[in-house]
Amino acid sequence: MKRREFLKTSGALIVTFSLADASWLDAQGPFDTRNSGIDPRRLDSWIRIAADGRVTAYTGKCELGQGMMTAQMQLVAEELCVPLSRVSLVQCDTSTTPDQGTTSGSQSTPTNFNDRNLAQAAATAREALLHLASQTLGVHVDRLSAADGVVSVNGDASKKATYGDLVAGRQLTMTLSATAARKPMREWTVLGTPAMRVDMAAMATGTFEFVHNVKVPGMLHGRVVRPPSVGATLVSVDEGSVRSRPGFVKIVVKKNFVGVVCEKPWQAIQAARALKATWTPGPALPAHDTFYDFMKTQRSRDALVVNSRDTEQTLASAASVVKASYRYPYQMHGSMGSSCAVADVRGGKATVWSPTQSAYPTRNGVALLLGLKPEDVRVVFVRGAGCYGLNNADAVSFDAALMSQAVGRPVRVQLSRQDEMAWENYGFASVIEQRAGVDASGDVTAWECESWSVSKGGRPGYDEPGNVVSGALAGFATAVVEPRDAVEPTGELRNGSNAAPSYIAGRIAGKAGGAGTIRSERVVTHTIASPFFTGPLRSPSRLQNTFAHESFMDEIAAHVKADPVEYRLRHLSDPRLKEVVQAAAKAAKWDTRPSPASAARSGGARASGALSGRGMACVAYEGDNGYVAMIAEVDVDPATGRIHAKRFVVAQDCGPISNPDGIKNQIEGGALQGLSRALGEEVTWDDRQVTSIDWRTYHSLPLGFDVPAIETVLINRAGVRATGAGETAITVVAAAVGNAVFDATGVRLREAPFTPERVKAALTAASTSPTSRARG
Amino acid sequence: MAAISLRVNGASHTVDVDPSTPLLYVLSDDLNLRGPKFGCGLGQCGACAVIVNGRAVRACVTPVSTIGAAEVTPLEGLGTPDHPHPIQQAFVDEQAAQCGFCLNGVIVTAKAYLDQHPHAADGEVRQALATVLCRCFTNVRMLHAIKRYQETRS
Repeated sequence: MKRREFLKTSGALIVTFSLADASWLDAQGPFDTRNSGIDPRRLDSWIRIAADGRVTAYTGKCELGQGMMTAQMQLVAEELCVPLSRVSLVQCDTSTTPDQGTTSGSQSTPTNFNDRNLAQAAATAREALLHLASQTLGVHVDRLSAADGVVSVNGDASKKATYGDLVAGRQLTMTLSATAARKPMREWTVLGTPAMRVDMAAMATGTFEFVHNVKVPGMLHGRVVRPPSVGATLVSVDEGSVRSRPGFVKIVVKKNFVGVVCEKPWQAIQAARALKATWTPGPALPAHDTFYDFMKTQRSRDALVVNSRDTEQTLASAASVVKASYRYPYQMHGSMGSSCAVADVRGGKATVWSPTQSAYPTRNGVALLLGLKPEDVRVVFVRGAGCYGLNNADAVSFDAALMSQAVGRPVRVQLSRQDEMAWENYGFASVIEQRAGVDASGDVTAWECESWSVSKGGRPGYDEPGNVVSGALAGFATAVVEPRDAVEPTGELRNGSNAAPSYIAGRIAGKAGGAGTIRSERVVTHTIASPFFTGPLRSPSRLQNTFAHESFMDEIAAHVKADPVEYRLRHLSDPRLKEVVQAAAKAAKWDTRPSPASAARSGGARASGALSGRGMACVAYEGDNGYVAMIAEVDVDPATGRIHAKRFVVAQDCGPISNPDGIKNQIEGGALQGLSRALGEEVTWDDRQVTSIDWRTYHSLPLGFDVPAIETVLINRAGVRATGAGETAITVVAAAVGNAVFDATGVRLREAPFTPERVKAALTAASTSPTSRARG
Repeated sequence: MAAISLRVNGASHTVDVDPSTPLLYVLSDDLNLRGPKFGCGLGQCGACAVIVNGRAVRACVTPVSTIGAAEVTPLEGLGTPDHPHPIQQAFVDEQAAQCGFCLNGVIVTAKAYLDQHPHAADGEVRQALATVLCRCFTNVRMLHAIKRYQETRS
């Protein structure tokens, strides 16, 4: 039975609300999406209330481990005045949920928790129920209130109606205003309080269904055979090398895509290993050890973020000029589980059970790959391992679809660890060069930033399956960088990638859109073609840029012998960013003084024993999508170059907080993931292929490392829009830790990750050349 | 292919598989268990861990033919959502997960270690978790949950 038929026969409340615009009818949907079969203007696309009073909500934003499922259920429970236990949530199924594009970019909370979409639908439904009760009870709606799924008359609790009573047996269609009032924060009872994750018990007891656990009757198992090197193309496949293997079903080849399908998973793994395929060698890769220099020699797509056109003069007249260059490597999502999907492609129709963050776009991609119409493809989101951006979730969905279509039976594909790590869409390698002028009073008068980053592919979106490895191998084009000169910025400052530091005014055509005070400002970015697939990795570019900006601000403060917190505040104008800086400093009992610490300055403490220091970093994430400040306290062992983070204090403002415990969990995880990326993670390669292909060659901090104490200060702010909260804390870790290392040792780390070898080399270099400590 | 018998969660099972098949695939594919996960297939991350003879074993690199008559206990053998094992309850109480994919390895490894070393110091517990990964980095809560379990069991 189709969902809408089910609705008609189940006595559900069906309410329609219309928006002023009819954008859903246009080619482009309201979330930069395409038309789906689910009209987001209709309330029943979002909310259904069954005759027993249970509420089912439908969302296009999915749980990835970030707690979005529980938070969205809290939202619905709050607005509808029902307990959390009475709410169910259907996430990202192209046959039942609205198309909300991709769950990414810290956009789920802004999208669904402010004045539109799921929040607005829930508020609309509550208003509709109150009006229904008004008719049923014969009492004006102003005298009614809703609680626990019951509408009752104020002052006369005997007069009441349950939601079940109100909707039972009725076919009801209403058109409502899109301005149905949200509950004010002061009335919240479910939102704003720590809610237990609804999936926690199932996860802890091994009963939770991940996509890896999906079983379809008659399901076979596929394994991909990726090229032996980047850019290699297929010459031939010797089917005889595997034909007689037990359980062998088929070799699937489509251009450079190769897969092997067998009856059982272990058979497929062994057959894939045994398969003899011949490939061209592919082009040589640029050398890893000189890659940052290589980046700067390439033709690039350039952009000017801000340009006051006076930085040369301001720098020339400055009392002194500080310069530094920062380097950040390719890093990977490195999901805990290698990606997995199940596809059933038969009779010109396809169903894909996928861990994708983009159910509808992936539906289009599958349709393109298979030559089907999008409406004949259904993508059902089933959770995978945490992805932090763009792991191989989409790629493996394409793999499974291609293999299932070829064999005409359902196929499950799980990637090997090596295939997951060697071919994912990596986070961007970056080089960021900074220059600042300081006047006689120690204030920054000019700031110039020039950065180089890399790009190849990315999210497949609706039309570009070649942006991930399997679509590209199957013959679809990969988005590549087209070199282009920069044009002068117009409109307002767009700082979505935090390319501009927080301390500049961000003036474009006289209007200041930045978070700071420095009016002589120039930020230019260069993007070059990447040899490897790239994609958004948690805080994409924002983290790399913030590492450079916040390290550099620390360098300037040290140059003028100012306290790093006081110096930041002196150059900030954004009140919310200033408040988190002050809140973190207060909570950490920040010792106001310049860096480095006196022992490090005297150089006498390097002989033996750990050196201790503290560092600060802050950011207005994407300019206005969350505010965070972190203070890191570290020990550095000069003998080994090891950094031990002892304590993180994180202050965060993300507007009204839906689930304080969920946010705390995200801050803690973001802080430690950021530490792992700051201290050890780096993609490596030789002249032909990626060499960081497992957990021995890609260095993640393990569960058992000596974790710092993490203290969080949550600034819960009413009356403003809710922002993202999943990518804020991670953005500032590398800079906060690097600044703390400088405070401890007087040595500046300008290249991540801060491996023991690199730290030791920097300490050795500084001790043999004392003048290089302060500047470099 | 060969008929291989094994005991999992107190029940006997006979499966017809290649004897070299790692135990993980038998548990996941033939016995439809959801606890043990394929994380790396290399014994490096712990996601596949099961308890065999009181020790946490990496099922992704353990051929099923080597198990013999030993009892295999995966995560779902410890407790159920309605009646969780105390260590599972500790993880719920601490809300110690994000994506949850690593939980099998974390809980199984910690339980096996603490059963054998009930009075282990914090540093020793961390050492036992030195080759277990949580890529969401829920470390703080997981270590708290493990500590909570250690305190309640002793």
